[in-house]
Amino acid sequence: MALDQIVDGLSEVSCDVLVIGGGTAGPMAALKAKLKNPKANVVLLEKANVKRSGAISMGMDGLNNAVIPGYATPEQYTKEITIANDGIVDQKAVYKYAQNCFEIIEELDSFGIRFLKNENGDYAVKKVHHIGTYVLPMPNGETVKKALYRQLRRARILISNRYMATRLLKSSDGRIAGAISVNTRTAEMLVIKAKAVILCMGAAGRLGLPTSGYMFGTYENAANSGDGYAMAYHAGAALANLECFQINPLIKDYNGPACAYVAGPFGAYTANNEGSRFIECDYWSGQMMLEFYNELLSGKGPVFLQLKHLHPDTISEIESTLHKVERPTRGLFQQGRGVNYRSESIEMHISEIGFCSGHSASGVFVDDNARTTVPGLYAAGDMASVPHNYMLGAFTNGSVAGIDAMEFADSHDFAEFDAADVAIERDRVMAPTAREDGIPPNQIEYKTRRLVNDYLQPPKVTRKYELGMRRLAEAREDMQERMIARNAHELLRALEVQSIMDCADMAAHASLYREESRWGLYHWRTDFPEKDNENWFCHTLLSKRDGKMTSEKRAVEPYVVPITDDEKDLYDKQRIRASA
Amino acid sequence: MPLASYQTSVPVIVDDAKCIADKGCTVCVDVCPLDVLRISDMTNKAYMAYDECWYCMPCEADCPTGAVTVNIPYLLR
Repeated sequence: MALDQIVDGLSEVSCDVLVIGGGTAGPMAALKAKLKNPKANVVLLEKANVKRSGAISMGMDGLNNAVIPGYATPEQYTKEITIANDGIVDQKAVYKYAQNCFEIIEELDSFGIRFLKNENGDYAVKKVHHIGTYVLPMPNGETVKKALYRQLRRARILISNRYMATRLLKSSDGRIAGAISVNTRTAEMLVIKAKAVILCMGAAGRLGLPTSGYMFGTYENAANSGDGYAMAYHAGAALANLECFQINPLIKDYNGPACAYVAGPFGAYTANNEGSRFIECDYWSGQMMLEFYNELLSGKGPVFLQLKHLHPDTISEIESTLHKVERPTRGLFQQGRGVNYRSESIEMHISEIGFCSGHSASGVFVDDNARTTVPGLYAAGDMASVPHNYMLGAFTNGSVAGIDAMEFADSHDFAEFDAADVAIERDRVMAPTAREDGIPPNQIEYKTRRLVNDYLQPPKVTRKYELGMRRLAEAREDMQERMIARNAHELLRALEVQSIMDCADMAAHASLYREESRWGLYHWRTDFPEKDNENWFCHTLLSKRDGKMTSEKRAVEPYVVPITDDEKDLYDKQRIRASA
Repeated sequence: MPLASYQTSVPVIVDDAKCIADKGCTVCVDVCPLDVLRISDMTNKAYMAYDECWYCMPCEADCPTGAVTVNIPYLLR
């Protein structure tokens, strides 16, 4: 039978721990769960193929947040991230990450992933952040996925590729019972009963529309359509600080990093059209992004990454990383435009909006054990709320989630779900295939994401948001009543649009709830332009209650590492002051 | 409501002379994160069936015969 032809089918399997998403956090979670209890069944479900899925499909150029003894301490890192995230941090999870991540680096090293070392054999860590030193280059970073895959095979993890999870199943008492998924090439449905479920489904990276107009030219891997955020929402889990959007400084049009973390330690810097520096620090914070945005609009734009002052050998070294790892087509792109880093600066722009805790702080709420607010449900990586946690955070917190989830599975039996829930979900999933006539998913997706750009992109204006929500509601009605899918591949896209629509609604709702400005550009509300610590020094939690989207405040946990008053606003002073 | 097909020039190209999909190879189809490559019923060679590309490279990097080339999608070139 031809690929993509729709097949009618529904089957059921069961496992002890189900990990959804085989990018970065997922493989580590699956591995650690299996090592915790080798007799247990661990299933790793992946929408694409674990060999090349997720944000690190082609590897990664380095660790952006390595806390390595001798260079940084867990206390210092916790302080840095607290300040970079404007104080809205439950430090316990960040501190735990900072304590555990060195062990994970050594474990990755034992998998064959090499990190840069100096002549003494010590890790050669570089400074990019405002205060501390945490960036560790990976000279053979293109091998990450292959190394992980070998470990998964060795541990006999059951991998199911090309299954997209669509909804979680729960028991009547609110415990996790499993997930429903659909094969992306046949549309056959698969119910997976599980004692514990770990969501590692990446960022909501297909939310805004790239300025190129190419729907898949996103910063994040375009497969990361926010399915994890939508699934957690519909399962009743709380999502934290979604108004703290992800917006990144990227190579204009190419829409990938340039990347200041690679080139910065060699002496590259961000400059305006006059060739002058205007930001103190290239670390991606909301405050830095606000200065970037202001510069673009000030008449002093475009903004560039400046490399041409460096020695040609240094530039060759930077190129060899930029053009080999993470986004290797960067070289092809620059070549196509005739840009040589030795004579020309790299034109930069800002990305579309998204949700991503890997870079900012918008994620499914988790505690320091990666537990969500639903018993038995875990989250790790870009979609979980531990802020600024990047690839190493995904590995480290994936590990935490895998171990804790297996402990949960070992002490609980399967929870019972209502068969009617499966029937309802099957109808929802298959609805676009039952229509003879209607609107294809690509048009609904384009329109939704164009509305996100027009109305939700910062600066956030209340009146624009209200209009945007009306327009999005109309697009939702089209999606629910008229969207068609003529084959299994189109059904995959139709399901992704539904995640994107949910994320757009959540972005709007969360942004209107927080009546202040915080995190620089990420949550700049023109109607509430000041930071209001008296009323809004708190997390916001969004969740689905009685079928309705609601938001509430949650107090920031008492700090483990105290921050003094003179440290609090270090990241607010990003703009370089002209000296007299 | 009638549908029209929308023409695009696709970023991933496959050299039919080098492609061994007709001998059972499916590597590029298997690894693509966006699942946009297919084996043609007519030529039995791989081709880009859906213009939904992240220009990420696994198809080119993992192809055992060097048959696949990833170009930058025209809109952002």
